[in-house]
Amino acid sequence: MSMNNQGRPTSSGEAGTTGLATISGDRGLDHEEKLIFELGHGAVGVDLPDVKISDRRLGGLRRKGAIGLPGLSEPEVVRHYVRLSRMNYAIDSGLYPLGSCTMKHNPRLNEKMARLPGFGDLHPLAPQSTAQGALELISQLMNWLTTLTGMPAVAMSPKAGAHGELCGLLAIRAAIESRGEKRPRILVPESAHGTNPATAAFAGFTVDEVPAKPNGHVDAEALKAKLGPDVAAIMLTNPNTCGLFEGEVKEIADAVHAAGAYFYCDGANFNAIAGKVRPGDLGVDAMHINLHKTFSTPHGGGGPGAGPVVLSERLASFAPIPLLVADGKGLRLIEDREAAPAGAKPFGRMCAFHGQMGMFVRALTYMLSHGRDGVRQASEDAVLSANYILASLKDVMSAPFGDGPCMHEALFDDSFLEGTGVTTLDFAKAMIDEGYHPMTMYFPLVVHGAMLIEPTESESKASLDRFIHVLHNLATEARAKKTERFAGAPHLAPRRRLDETAAARKPVLRYRPPDSLKAAAE
Amino acid sequence: MSETRYTDQHEWIRLDGEEATVGITQYAAESLGDVVFVELPASGKTVTAGGEAAVVESVKAASDIYAPAGGTVTSANSALEKEPSKVNEDPEGAGWFFKMKLNDKAEFAKLMDATAYGKFVESL
Amino acid sequence: MRYLPLTADDRRAMLARIGAADVDALFRDVPKAALAPLSVFDLTDTKGELEVERILSQLAGKNIAAGAAPFFCGAGAYKHHVPSSVDHLIQRSEFLTSYTPYQPEIAQGTLQYLFEFQSQVALLTGMEVANASLYDGSTATAEAVLMAQRITKRGKAILSGGLHPHYAETVETVAGLFGPMVRSAVQPGKAEDLAALIDAETACVVVQSPDVFGLIRDLNPIAEAAHAKGALLIAVVTEVVSLGLLEPPGAQGADIVAAEGQSIGNGLNFGGPYVGLFAAREKFLRQMPGRLCGETVDAEGRRGYVLTLSTREQHIRREKATSNICTNSGLCTLAFTIHLSLLGEEGLTRLARINHAKASFLADRLAALPGVEIVTPAFFNEFTVKLPKPANAVVDALAAKGIIAGVPASRLMPHDKSVENLLILAATETNTDEDFAALTSALQEIL
Repeated sequence: MSMNNQGRPTSSGEAGTTGLATISGDRGLDHEEKLIFELGHGAVGVDLPDVKISDRRLGGLRRKGAIGLPGLSEPEVVRHYVRLSRMNYAIDSGLYPLGSCTMKHNPRLNEKMARLPGFGDLHPLAPQSTAQGALELISQLMNWLTTLTGMPAVAMSPKAGAHGELCGLLAIRAAIESRGEKRPRILVPESAHGTNPATAAFAGFTVDEVPAKPNGHVDAEALKAKLGPDVAAIMLTNPNTCGLFEGEVKEIADAVHAAGAYFYCDGANFNAIAGKVRPGDLGVDAMHINLHKTFSTPHGGGGPGAGPVVLSERLASFAPIPLLVADGKGLRLIEDREAAPAGAKPFGRMCAFHGQMGMFVRALTYMLSHGRDGVRQASEDAVLSANYILASLKDVMSAPFGDGPCMHEALFDDSFLEGTGVTTLDFAKAMIDEGYHPMTMYFPLVVHGAMLIEPTESESKASLDRFIHVLHNLATEARAKKTERFAGAPHLAPRRRLDETAAARKPVLRYRPPDSLKAAAE
Repeated sequence: MSETRYTDQHEWIRLDGEEATVGITQYAAESLGDVVFVELPASGKTVTAGGEAAVVESVKAASDIYAPAGGTVTSANSALEKEPSKVNEDPEGAGWFFKMKLNDKAEFAKLMDATAYGKFVESL
Repeated sequence: MRYLPLTADDRRAMLARIGAADVDALFRDVPKAALAPLSVFDLTDTKGELEVERILSQLAGKNIAAGAAPFFCGAGAYKHHVPSSVDHLIQRSEFLTSYTPYQPEIAQGTLQYLFEFQSQVALLTGMEVANASLYDGSTATAEAVLMAQRITKRGKAILSGGLHPHYAETVETVAGLFGPMVRSAVQPGKAEDLAALIDAETACVVVQSPDVFGLIRDLNPIAEAAHAKGALLIAVVTEVVSLGLLEPPGAQGADIVAAEGQSIGNGLNFGGPYVGLFAAREKFLRQMPGRLCGETVDAEGRRGYVLTLSTREQHIRREKATSNICTNSGLCTLAFTIHLSLLGEEGLTRLARINHAKASFLADRLAALPGVEIVTPAFFNEFTVKLPKPANAVVDALAAKGIIAGVPASRLMPHDKSVENLLILAATETNTDEDFAALTSALQEIL
């Protein structure tokens, strides 16, 4: 280490200096934070008066004991959650290359609009005459969704993508039953996301897997061979989970329809084609749209999502309640199956009330902001960025389908790591030390040690170049068997690797005060 | 005298007189990683050769275990409930899954012996 | 505004590296006929922030916000005061724009609050274990029924007449595929005899308390009757603030609790997003749907949290999963746990008492009006009145006067003539004496 004449070091010194033990256990801006249960009892963070009540109207069921909740003041609560937040990676902090998740920028205008009192402070069962603006918003969003997809109808109530899948399959089931048929089988590619077979089972069907071809596309011939009078539907993701557009989709759709079955499309990858290709033109009968992926509503650490389902002419009449109709006086929700308009045969209800209105406001804000030209440009930029990453990394990382272009996500496998002692997991954890969230790992299952990278259109070229530079170097080091970075990574995150085996073998799923643990042991 | 046979799904079955004991092989245990939970069949359950009999869970995967031969389950290794780690520590001994009465000993005789299984594992 | 950082120069440089002439070359797998020209989309083009704000504000302005009028709606969604810090905290980038915590080393913020949330829900409901939230109370109820069907290996579910009709419809749509759904009689203000309906084919009995008419139900005898026949009791709570004052379902014999958490931390939002609470007995843990967050240690021995028991879930178990659910309620879950942390034991208790006091006061005022009868003898912050004329028309007339007078029972039960004159009203800490005076005098005029 060299010094200038004031004695100040001119280089940062060796990694060993970061091992300084502190008295508090905190390290600079990296704070450790206890559980809220361990922080305080007895204070109150709100200003509510203490009123006395009689219990004559409580049916003899007034609570006898304490609940056991902690109590803190507002400053303590705020500090607790701010400190927790600082242990999270986020889109706002850096590129989040999660394939199939579409981690695009979450605009703050969305948040402002969702909080307008006319939307945020509106009760779902208030008289409909007092909610016409909300119904108009839903109607406008429905128009955007049906126009972008080229489909005649959309069911708005599903609360998330998987919920939308269930809605689509239940509509298919109802359509088949209305024909007086019994079709218990659903065909699902082996590359499908786990929600697809799970949803099929949930909707009462049995799942029959269709293999993928070596080139990453679904085996259309095998699929057609499996069609028959007992097949209700196929579930395809397009672009598929390998990031490729299924070019034979129209032929498949035609064969499926000829066999009397339906085509369910998983819309998770809609960000590749929105504003450019209409699923309705591909023969799709039902497709859920993840508003939290394609249309920028925030991922919020795992939710809430929204999964409206566009429906073809064949399925439109089976859409669940509530239905939105326009009559002479304005817009109206029909919440009663028996009051459905002529021709409509709703299969039931997916959930209470009308759907994820808060996410509708955000999604429509995004759509109006981008406009149809912006939505199209976003899809093109998403595809361009993924191909840029593929082209820049395939000399050092193995891309099993890298001979041709990909769509909005690039798939790599672990062949390039063979013999190095570094696994996909190690590689991903080393990315954490470099300041990046890992890409989607070990999915899809059709390649070994999969790494699925989806940059989205929200990244600048500088951000993409930086990411490429880091991955290129990591891959090169791994191939040269320089494993120090990878073994036991991450080293620099708020936590090292966590013992997931212990967590599963002896689950501890809630806080227990220390005395109760001692008492239990005695 | 007990005899042990193996399946190409990496289950072992040991016949002691009339009773057979079933578990998974060292190779399978290693591929699975740390076992966190085992779902065992109830006594009295009938199983067919190649039919699902149990489920083994590691942190990131759940694998079906198939009955090597047809018969009726007589008991299951309840020690695995508290200590699923036994499957990793001693898969071919204390980590056994269940015992059963065979319908047809000929199904047992058809399976691979230790040498054949060893060759099979090498070929993978 | 479009959130697209790439410039024309960037795109050119990127295409050059890829070796493609233009971006359409990257779409070569798409059949030519399926590439739609822009003109096919009959939609507006990009708009600036100012214009978008104007459009949305106009739409918002056509609605009457609950806070802008005397307001008395409940029936599954409740207006409570959410302290200002909650909304600020949930908008922190690291909470708002982060993903599901699949990489626990850089998601301890999310994982720790989920662990705290699970602990709070277990305490509130009096149950042994809670998950990291489902979509909402209605889908949580459906998941509970499916779980009971799996555990008991029976198909029949008895749905109490006091269960919110939207919840009952959701359960029928989803669990009705696997067994008969039996709805017991609707008897506003009375506890119907469910024991008579339970038999050896019953997987579960589903009872809401306080029920859709506001009635507080004693779950103890129902739990006994269910258990005697090998069936499970599923308790549903749509107003969780009630748990600040009443005996929790876990202390009354419930096996599974499905609840709507919207009342704490989350606004009305015209029906969503809300937050589903789900809790059960420990012995049923492996049959539980949804995410679970567990405590563990890292490679340096430090305490940390991870998603666990994932083998129940769809991404691993696929068609044998306990549910197809992939998301939880994320940010709504966070809002719930922050608000509950601010309330604490003392705050929640006071909040619950204030709610009951307000509703009690309103009930007394309304009972004094000629022709108005209180139907619910025991209630928390919501009760039902019988009016001398159909409630629907009364509510519409009052809406025209700028008063949101509650939910007519006929909105939820359109085919039951016997509930035509029933009005369901809620009163919370947000209602003022002026609200009550406005309602009573307006009612006096109309009735």
